[in-house]
Parts: sequence; C-alpha cells; structure tokens
Amino acid sequence: MKPNTFYRAVILSWLLLTGLPAAAEDLLMARSPMTFPEAMLKLQNTLKKYNHTLSRVQRVDIGLTAKGYKTDKYRIVFYGQVEEIQQLADEYPQLIPYLPHKIAIFAEEEDTMLVAVNPEMLFETDDPKLQAIMKKWHQDLQRIFKDMRVE
Amino acid sequence: MLFRVPLYLALCLIVGASQAADNTRGEELYRQHCAACHGYDGNGGVGVPLTLPDFQYSVTNNYLKTTIRHGRPGRVMPAFPSMSNADIKALIQYIRQWAPGKPYRYPITPVGGDAKHGEQLYQQHCAACHGPNGEGGKGTGLTFSRPRDLPIIAPALNNPGFLKAASDQFIKATLMNGREGTPMVSFLQQGLTEQDINDLVVFVRSFEQNPLPKEQKPLEVKEATIVFESSYDMKTTIANLKDAIIGNNFILIREQTLDDGLVPAGKENPKQQIIYFCNFGFLNQALAIDPRVGLFLPCRVTVVEKDGKVLVYAINPSRLSPLFNNTELNKLCHEMNTSYISIIEDATL
Repeated sequence: MKPNTFYRAVILSWLLLTGLPAAAEDLLMARSPMTFPEAMLKLQNTLKKYNHTLSRVQRVDIGLTAKGYKTDKYRIVFYGQVEEIQQLADEYPQLIPYLPHKIAIFAEEEDTMLVAVNPEMLFETDDPKLQAIMKKWHQDLQRIFKDMRVE
Repeated sequence: MLFRVPLYLALCLIVGASQAADNTRGEELYRQHCAACHGYDGNGGVGVPLTLPDFQYSVTNNYLKTTIRHGRPGRVMPAFPSMSNADIKALIQYIRQWAPGKPYRYPITPVGGDAKHGEQLYQQHCAACHGPNGEGGKGTGLTFSRPRDLPIIAPALNNPGFLKAASDQFIKATLMNGREGTPMVSFLQQGLTEQDINDLVVFVRSFEQNPLPKEQKPLEVKEATIVFESSYDMKTTIANLKDAIIGNNFILIREQTLDDGLVPAGKENPKQQIIYFCNFGFLNQALAIDPRVGLFLPCRVTVVEKDGKVLVYAINPSRLSPLFNNTELNKLCHEMNTSYISIIEDATL
C-alpha cells in the first residue's frame, strides 16, 4: 500500500468510526443535572437565547396535588416565535393542535427531565417545505436540549 | 525502513488516540441517548439502573450490543438500528466503567428441557412479576417522580428484543443466581432443581414461537391530527364544546387564543381559540404508566374560523402513542382518542 493511500484509509476509517450520525429518535429527551427550579429558570433563559417567547407554563403538579394525587414537580412549557406560529397555523392547519410548541419538564430526584416529540417523526410528509419546517423545529429542540444537559 | 518507523509510531498513536476518542465518544453518546432515562451515573430513572454489580457481571457485551441495536419494542427502550458498530462499542465501553469486574462468559450451548413442565413452574414462580404471558411488570424502569410498589420493573420475557439479546445460558444463570439489588431471587435457593430451571428456560424461549398479543404491539396510525368541521358558528361551537367536555367527565381548565402570551395583550387573534380541559384521575393513571406523557397534556381542542368555516382540531393520541415505544399506553391512548372524538362530535354535529 502506498503511504498516501494508507493515510487516506486511516483518515477514512477514523471518520467512519467517529463521525456517523445516530438514528433519529421519536422522543427527544434530556436530563439536566440541575434541580427543578434551576432547570426551569435555565429553560426559560435558553428559550430566550434561541429567540423564542415563553407563552405559558402549565403547572400539572399543582392540579394533581389539589385533587389529592402525589407527584413531584411537573410542568408543561409552551413557547414559540410569533411569526412562525402564525405562519404555520395559516399554511399547515394540521399542525394547529401542536402549537405553540411544548416541552414537558419534571423533577427526577436531584435531576430534571425534559421531553419533547421529535416533529420529524410525528409528521411524515413528502412536502419539501413542510419537511424543512420540521427539520428546523427538530434542530431547535436539539439545541435547547443540548444546552439543558449541562449546568 | 525509514518509512516503517514513523508508520509504527503513527499506528501506536492512532490506537492510543482511538481508545481515548472511544471513551469521549462513549460519554458523549451516553449523555445524548441514555442519560435521560438511565441517569448520568447509571443509577436508573425511567430506564433500569446499569450500575448494579450483578447486572454488570451477568450481561455480556453482546447482550448490551443487541439491546442497543434492537431495543425493547413496545417497552420504552428504543432501538438504535443505524448507530454504527463503532459507536455501540464506544457506548458499551463507557457503560462498563461501572463494572466491578469482568462479566461472566456463558457457554453457547442451547438449554434443553420440558417446556410444558417449564410453563407450570413459570405460572407458579414467575408470572406474578413477569406477567402470565411474559409481558413484564407495569410502568417504566424506575421513576423518582411518583410513588411505586417495586424498586425496579420486571422485564418482559416475551419481548422480541429481550429474546434476541438473551442467550439460553444467560437466562439460566439469572434463574440460578438471581439478581442482587432487585426482587429477582435465586430459584436454586427457592428449592428448584437445575432440571426445573432448564425447563423454565425452554419455556421462556418458546415465547419466540408465539406472536405478541395485539395489545403488546405498537399502534399503527398515520394521522397526527383529528379535525372536524362544525355545523355551527364559532361562538356556538365553543359553547357546545364546553358542555361536551363537562358531559364527558372532564374539568374545564381555561380558554385562550392560540397566540396568547406570544403577542401583546389585546392583539390576539380571536379566530383561533384553544380550550384546555382535564380529567385528573385519568391523568394520574397515565403518568403512573409513563411519566413522559406530559406531551399529551393538558387535553385541548382548538377552534378555528377561516374562510367562513369553523373547524375543530385536536391531537390524535393514537398517533403519539407509538412515539413513546410503550404499548402500555395503547389502551389509554385509545380511550383518550374516543373521548376527543365524542366531545368534538357532540359539539359540532
């Protein structure tokens, strides 16, 4: 084997071993090493960092405990970018029940879990424009969750 | 010769760097794909703990690899069919940091025995935790967010992912030795003979011949959205929906516009209204099965007036169910779907 060919093979093997993407997941999940109140604050700041507006926080745990059920902290965070939400609702009304976007966030002992649906898996479509929207939505969530995985 | 020395050094560096890269890559993959359920330190959560010494001793790398590759269909653990072999290897290397020693090596010989006798023993000794048909315990691996009876869920022995990953000798060793730190006891100590245990293994293996019951298969639904056109104007449709929600044993939570909180107060679009509602008993039941189902929550319908038509939209819970890879949700999702359709039909027809 010629040296150039050898080095090319090494580099190619290296890229193959380390660079392949993992499979797309149906649910996006992240564990934050922060306690629930810290994680909740960080989520709000992270949404702001990526130009999203927090529209509402649904306090599921409050409703459950008021009815006598035991639960740890559990909230649903609704968020979005107003122009995008309006455009999606107008052009793709089938997305309306999923707007604004939402993330479930709940305490797991000293950590906090975040869960969201992978929109690319939820809406399988042949429409390239809608595919691009779903991809952006997915990438946005990935960025948010990546930030949430670290303190 | 001059070329061979630097080549040898380069290869040594590559091997060393490759192992270090494997560790880093393994940690990166673990944090991205596993830590959410199994915990950063492997102590479990929605997923089972990976740090139990008995678990680390008893599972082979091949068991871990097959489990990562094929998951546990319908039992929360997802499959990673397109993860590269190198990534799986790096991930296993990372998980093995919690191993107290080298894992057992099992003979590859299949176990022989009497499946009929195994079935009798199974119903007597195993069915209480693993279910009469091997369907496993209820709920996710562990969860700290809610109270529960057992520290760890009993695995589904009829699951195709489990049967693919677990060899006969692995199942036999688990039955013989039990699994410390879990409710799984040693059946030798419980008085069974080695032949009884062989019979049990053969019975468990026989699950491969039986198709999974319908309720253990993921739902196959394409449409993510339920949509109905109302026969009434927007105001009447909303009033009808509120009546129907209460009539179907739900509590009204609130009514708001779709863009509420996103646009300044007073600038909302009144032609897109959301009604939120809940049945807390149902919600509590769903969260006990899978704490991630907040994504369904709260129940809602959206009423939209556009081009002279009034349309009512809702999520299709039966489409969301398979995304959780948890077939225990099938029944609840079907019930929720029926409730949505009943409420919307009551209000719009």
